[in-house]
Amino acid sequence: MNPQYDQLYQALTKVVGYIYPNEIELNWSILIVLYPYITGLVAGAFILASLERVFNVNALKPTYVIALLTSFAFLLVATMPLIFHLGQPFRAWEIMITPHLTSAMAIFGFVYIWYLMVVLVLEIWFDYRRDLVIWSNESKGVKKWLYKILTLGVYDISPEAVKWDEKLGYIVTVIGIPSAFLLHGYVGFIFGSIKANPWWSTVMMPIIFLFSAMVSGIALVMVIYIVINYIRKQKIDMLCLDTIAKYLFYIIIIDFTMESLDQIHRFYEAGESFEIISLLMSGKLFFTLLIMQIFIGMLIPLLALGFLQFYKPNEKLRRMIYLVTGILVLIGIFFMRWNVVIGGQLFSKSFLGFTSFKLSLIGTEGFLMASIWLVVPFLILAALLWLFPPWKKSPSEH
Amino acid sequence: MPSQLKRLLVLGVIIISLFLLLKHLATPVSFGQYGHYRGNSLNEIAALPVKYVGSKTCVKCHDSIVALKLEGLHSDIQCENCHGPAYLHIKTPKKDKLFRPDSREFCAKCHSFNKARPEKAVTQQDIKNHHPEKKCITCHNPHQP
Ligand code: HEC
Ligand code: HEC
Ligand code: HEC
Ligand code: HEC
Repeated sequence: MNPQYDQLYQALTKVVGYIYPNEIELNWSILIVLYPYITGLVAGAFILASLERVFNVNALKPTYVIALLTSFAFLLVATMPLIFHLGQPFRAWEIMITPHLTSAMAIFGFVYIWYLMVVLVLEIWFDYRRDLVIWSNESKGVKKWLYKILTLGVYDISPEAVKWDEKLGYIVTVIGIPSAFLLHGYVGFIFGSIKANPWWSTVMMPIIFLFSAMVSGIALVMVIYIVINYIRKQKIDMLCLDTIAKYLFYIIIIDFTMESLDQIHRFYEAGESFEIISLLMSGKLFFTLLIMQIFIGMLIPLLALGFLQFYKPNEKLRRMIYLVTGILVLIGIFFMRWNVVIGGQLFSKSFLGFTSFKLSLIGTEGFLMASIWLVVPFLILAALLWLFPPWKKSPSEH
Repeated sequence: MPSQLKRLLVLGVIIISLFLLLKHLATPVSFGQYGHYRGNSLNEIAALPVKYVGSKTCVKCHDSIVALKLEGLHSDIQCENCHGPAYLHIKTPKKDKLFRPDSREFCAKCHSFNKARPEKAVTQQDIKNHHPEKKCITCHNPHQP
C-alpha cells in the first residue's frame, strides 16, 4: 500500500468519537513537556537561592551557590527541547534579530536572554569574582586562563571592591526575583492564553506554573544537595535540609491549593467543555494525573513532609525521607507538565472525541531524545561544580 | 564607580552594539515588506512546482476513463486522490508510472466502517465480511463502482 495512506489510516485507528483532522497527531510532544519542566526547575532553584540572599534565611546558606549553579546549568539547556522540536536549529537566532513584539511566544528569546545574562550570569559572577581572582593566581594551565578570562581583567579584591560585589549581587538578586517570576509565569501565560483550549485557558495558569516551578526547583536543589554531600562524604547540614523541606512543604500546600481551586472552579462552573474534560481526567489522564501527579507527586510528599514538621526521627531516616520525597515531587511535577501539555491535545476542540498519544522510544520526539535533555544539565552542573567548587569559596558575608 | 561595574558596563555596551550590528546585517532584505515575514518568500513559494495537476489534465490521454468516471458514483473523487500526484507522469508517462491502488485495504480507507465518518457522505461496508476472498476491483470498476 502507498505508505502515505498507510500512515493516515494507521493514525485514524487512534481516534475515538469525532475529532477534527488536524487533531489526530499531537503537535506538541514530550520535548514541549520538558520545556516548562526545565524552565520551572530554573526558576524554582533561583527562588530558593534568593530566599537566602534577599529574605535572609540564614539556614539555607549551604545551598545558596548550589542552587544558583543548578539554576544556571538547567537554564543553559532550557531552549534545547524547543530548538530540537522545531527542527531548524540554524534558524533559532532569527527570533532575536526579527523580534515580534506582540507575540508571546516570539518574545521568549528576550525573556530568556534577560534572565540568563542579566540575572543569573551576573549574580554568579559577582558571587564568584573574588574567588576567580584568587583561583586564577593559584591554579595552573588551562584552568588558570579560564579563571583569568572570567575575571574580565578586574583583579581588585580589596574589601571595598568585595563590598561592592555584595551590594551589586544583592541588587541583581532583587531584580532576579521578579525576573524568575516573569520567566516561568510567562511559560504558564503561553498555555493560559490559548483561549480555544478549555484545559489550558485559565488565568490561574501562570500562577500554578509558578508555584509548581518553585516546588520542583526546591525539590531538585534538596536532592542535589543530599547527593553531593553523599558523594563528597561530607556531613550534611541538617538544619539547612530541614529548612528546605519546610519551605518545600509550605509551597506544596500553596501549589496544591491553587491547582485544586482551579479544578474545583472547573467542576462548579461545569461549562460546555466540562463533560469532555471530566472524561479526560477519569480516562486518558487517569494514570498520569490522578496517580502520578496528585497521589505520588503531591499527597505522599505532603503527608511525609507534614509528618516531619511535627515529629523528627533520627537524621539518617530523615535524610532518606527527604531524598525520596524530593524525587517523588520531581516526578510529580514532570507529570503535571505532561498533563498540561499532552492532556490539552488529547481531546477534540469539538468536545466530541479523543485522540491518543504514544511516546516513541527513538526519533527526534522520542523518549531517548528527551532523556538526553534531562541528563545534560546534570553533566553541566557536575562540570560547573568541578570548575567552581562552592566548598572552596572563601566565606562570604551574606 | 567600582572597577568591576565599569568593566561590565563596557562589556554590556559591546554586546548590545554587536547585537544591533548583527540585527542590521542579518535581517533579510525583504523582511517586513508586507508583514512579519520575508516578502520574497511569497515569490519563492509560488515558484515551487505544482505536484497535483487536476483531473482535467488526464482527458488528453485517458479520455475514456475520465468519461467513464464522470457517470459513476466516484465522479466527485479526483483521479489523483487514488493515483497520487501526477506532475511527472503527464510529462513522461512511460517512465513515471502512477500508483495502481488495487488492494482491498485501499478501498477500505474510505469505505470501511468508521464512527468518525458521516455515513451519508460515503457508503460504508463491512470490509471483513464483504466477499473477503477477492479484490474489490474484480467486481467493482474503480472508475465506475
Ligand atoms: C501525455 C499523456 C498522458 C497524460 C496527460 C496522462 N497520462 Fe496516464 N498514462 C499515459 C500513458 C502513455 C500510459 C501508459 C504507460 C505504460 O503503460 O507504460 C499511462 C498510464 C497511466 C496509468 C497506469 C499506470 C500503470 O502502472 O499501468 C495510470 C493510473 C494513469 N496513467 C493515470 C493518469 C492520471 C490520473 C492522469 C491525470 C492526472 C494521467 N494519467 C495523465 C499517458 C498520459
Ligand atoms: C477510486 C479510486 C480511483 C479513481 C478516483 C481513479 N482511479 Fe484510475 N484506477 C484505480 C484502480 C484501483 C486502478 C487499477 C485497476 C486495475 O488494476 O484493474 C486504476 C487504473 C487506472 C488506469 C490503468 C487502467 C488500465 O487498464 O491499466 C488508468 C489509466 C487510470 N486508472 C486513470 C484514471 C483517471 C484518468 C482517473 C480520473 C478520471 C482515475 N483513474 C480515477 C482507481 C481509481
Ligand atoms: C477517496 C475515498 C474513496 C475511495 C479511495 C474509494 N471510494 Fe468508493 N466511493 C467514495 C464516494 C465518495 C462514493 C460516492 C458516495 C457513496 O455513494 O458512497 C463512493 C461510492 C462507491 C460505491 C457505490 C456505493 C453505493 O452507494 O452504491 C462503490 C461500490 C465503491 N465506491 C467502491 C469502491 C472501491 C471498490 C474502491 C477501491 C478501488 C473505492 N470505492 C475507493 C469514496 C471512495
Ligand atoms: C465478489 C464481488 C465483490 C467484491 C470482491 C466486492 N464487492 Fe462490493 N459489492 C458487490 C455487490 C454484488 C454489491 C451490491 C449488493 C450488496 O449491497 O451487497 C456490492 C456493494 C458494495 C457497496 C455498496 C453497498 C451499499 O450499501 O450500497 C460498497 C461500498 C462496496 N460494495 C464496496 C466494496 C469494497 C470496498 C470491496 C473491497 C474491500 C468490495 N466491495 C468487494 C460485490 C463485491
